[in-house]
Amino acid sequence: MRAGWSGAITMHEPAARPGDDVILRVEDLAVHFPVGGGLLGGGRRLLRAVDGIDLELKRGECLGLVGESGCGKSTVALSILGLQKPTRGRIVLDGQVVTDRQSVDRKALARIVQIVFQDPYASLNPRQTVRRTLEAPLRLHGVTAKSEIDGRIAAMLRHVGLRPEQAGRYPHEFSGGQRQRIGIARALILNPRIIICDEPVSALDVSIRAQIINLLLELKETLGLSYIMISHDLGVVEHMSDRVAVMYLGRIVETGDWREIFERPAHPYTRTLIAAIPDPLRRAPLATTPGELPNPLNPPDGCAFSPRCLYAEAVCHREPGPSLETRPDGHSVRCWRADEIAGQTALASTESGHP
Amino acid sequence: MTDSPLIEVEGLRIDLNDRASHVAAVEGVSFRIDRGETFGLVGESGCGKSITALALIGLLRQPLSIGAGVIRFEGREIQRLPAAEQRALRGNRIAMIFQEPMTALNPVSPVGQQIAEMFVLHKGKNWREANQLAVEALASVRVPAPERRVKDYPHQLSGGMRQRVMIAIALACGPDLLIADEPTTALDVTVQAEIIELMRNLCAERGTAILMISHDLGLVANVCRRVAVMYAGRIVEERGSADIFRACSHPYTQGLIDSLPRLGSRAALGRTRLREIAGVVPAIADFPDGCRFNPRCAQATEICRTTAPELTLLDAGGLVRCHHHA
Repeated sequence: MRAGWSGAITMHEPAARPGDDVILRVEDLAVHFPVGGGLLGGGRRLLRAVDGIDLELKRGECLGLVGESGCGKSTVALSILGLQKPTRGRIVLDGQVVTDRQSVDRKALARIVQIVFQDPYASLNPRQTVRRTLEAPLRLHGVTAKSEIDGRIAAMLRHVGLRPEQAGRYPHEFSGGQRQRIGIARALILNPRIIICDEPVSALDVSIRAQIINLLLELKETLGLSYIMISHDLGVVEHMSDRVAVMYLGRIVETGDWREIFERPAHPYTRTLIAAIPDPLRRAPLATTPGELPNPLNPPDGCAFSPRCLYAEAVCHREPGPSLETRPDGHSVRCWRADEIAGQTALASTESGHP
Repeated sequence: MTDSPLIEVEGLRIDLNDRASHVAAVEGVSFRIDRGETFGLVGESGCGKSITALALIGLLRQPLSIGAGVIRFEGREIQRLPAAEQRALRGNRIAMIFQEPMTALNPVSPVGQQIAEMFVLHKGKNWREANQLAVEALASVRVPAPERRVKDYPHQLSGGMRQRVMIAIALACGPDLLIADEPTTALDVTVQAEIIELMRNLCAERGTAILMISHDLGLVANVCRRVAVMYAGRIVEERGSADIFRACSHPYTQGLIDSLPRLGSRAALGRTRLREIAGVVPAIADFPDGCRFNPRCAQATEICRTTAPELTLLDAGGLVRCHHHA
C-alpha cells in the first residue's frame, strides 16, 4: 500500500498554491483523426475534431462549453479525462501536465477529474448494485477496509439525496432522476476536484431536471468542485455557468463571463445559437441560419462559420478566422468583424433584445 | 363542413391490456383542432401524448387499444371506417413525422423512392411521374440539389436533412393534418429553428393543421396557437399559448415553467434555486387516486387525494383540471 493515498482521497487538499487559482489549463489542444486511406496511406484525410483550443478553469468555477453536435466538445472532455490522446497541445491539471504520456498516472488523474454522463440508463452497469458501482473505484484506489467503504458510500448517497439503505439495489429499481444521482455519486466517490458534466439533464424528464441542476450546484458549493458543463441547452448553461466557451468546428470562437456571452454575444455564431431558442412568450418566427455544421473532413475556406454567417465579407471567406482576441474584460472573440457587429448591435439594442 | 372542426377527440381512453390487468394509459382526453390550426400537446415521457397521436392516425397496436371515446375527422368517426378507408386517410389526409427520422425512414431504400411511394399509393401516379414529384417535394423542403439527393439513402444524410425528408413525405399528398411527434428533439437548436420554420411555413401556405407533440413547453408555446398539457394520461390544462407562460392555472404547468432555467432569467433575477417538482412521474400501473398530480403537488388537500377533478372552464378562457385552480 502506497503511503498517503487514502489521505489524499478522503479529503480535499487546501488550494495548495495560493495565487494559482487555475485548476485546469488546456493549451493549444488538437485532436486529429486519420480517416480512410488505403494500405499505402493514399487518400487518407485528417478529421480535425479539435483544432487548437485553449481553456482555463478556475477553482470553484463552472465553465459552460456549448456548440452544435460534432463541434468537438465531447472530444475535449475525453482528452481532459485522459481517454483520448491529443495530437498536439498540453493539458495541465492541478499543476501537473497530464498529456505527457510518460509521467501520466491514470489513477492519479481519476482522483482529480471525473465525468457525469448524459444518459443514466446507459452509463450504469445494470448487473451491479449501487454499492458495487461505488465500491469499485474505492477499492481500485486502495480503500479496502469494509467500514471505511461502507461509511463513504453511505455518506455519498446522502450527499446526492439517496438513502444509504438503497445501496443494495440495482439501477432498474431507480427512476431516471435517481439514476442520475447514482451517476453523480460515482463521479464524486473519489473526491475529485473537477467534474465534467456532459449533458447531465438532457435525458431526464423535464420535471426532474431542476432537481439535478439544483443538486449539482449545491454539491459544487459544499464540496468546492469545479465544473465543465457541456450542454446544448443554453438555458441550463446560462443558469449554471460562471464563464462560457462557444465551440464551432473544433475551435473556440468566443469565451467570456456568462453575462457577457448571453447579454452581449459578440460572435455571429453565438448570436445565432441564442436567437434560435424559441421565445415561449410570443409566437414569432425563429431566427434561422442557412446551412448546417460543415463536414470537418472538408472544412470551408476562410472562417469556418463564413458560409452560414450573415455578416461574412470577402475577408471572412478568404482568410481563416483570426486568433482569439481577448479584450480587457476577459471576453474573447474569433471574428474578423466583431467590432463592427458590436457597433451595429449597440444601435439596434435600443429597440429590443431577447426577453 | 366549415364549422365542424377538422379533428375532434372526445373522451378518449386508451387501455394498456396486460395479461393480468387492464389499465387506462390515457383517460378522458378531449380536444379539437380546426382547419389550419396549430395545436400543441405537451407532457413528459409516459404521459400519453404520443399514444394519443397514434390513436388519431389509427396506429395503436396491442397491448394498446382504444377503450372508449370518439375520434372524428371532418365529422366522421375514424374507428368506424372500414380498414381501406382508414388507410386512405393515413398518410394522405393525416400525416405524421417522428422524433428520430433515422428509425422512421427505411434504411435500404433511397429517400426519393420513399417520397415517390406516397404519390403512387395515394395519388395513383406511375413511378416515373412520382419520381419527378419526389424531386419537387425535396426541393420544397429546401434540400439542396434535390435531383441528386433523391438517390441518397437515409444514412448519407444529416439529421436535419433526414427530418426534411420526413417532412417531404408527410406533406407529399397535401394532408389536412400533420402530426409532429417531437420533430426536433434529436436536433441542434439551429437545425431545430430551420425545421420548425420550414414546417410552420409549409403548413401555413397549404392550410395544413399541425398537432405538435413535445416535452418542450417553450417550443410548443412558440409554435402553436393553443396548448394542452398532459400529465399521467389526462389533460390537466388547455390554454391559448399566449397565456400559458404568463398565467397558467394548474400547479403542474406552473411547476414545468418554474423548474426550467429560461434564457435571460438569471440576468433579470439573479441565480435563484430552481423550483423543483418533488417526486417522479408515476408509472401507468401506479396512477394515484384522486388528482394524479396530488403526491407531487404542494397545494394538495384532502379532496385532491380522494376525488379526481373535472376539467373546468376558466373565465379567462381555457380549461383546467384542478380543485384549487388559480
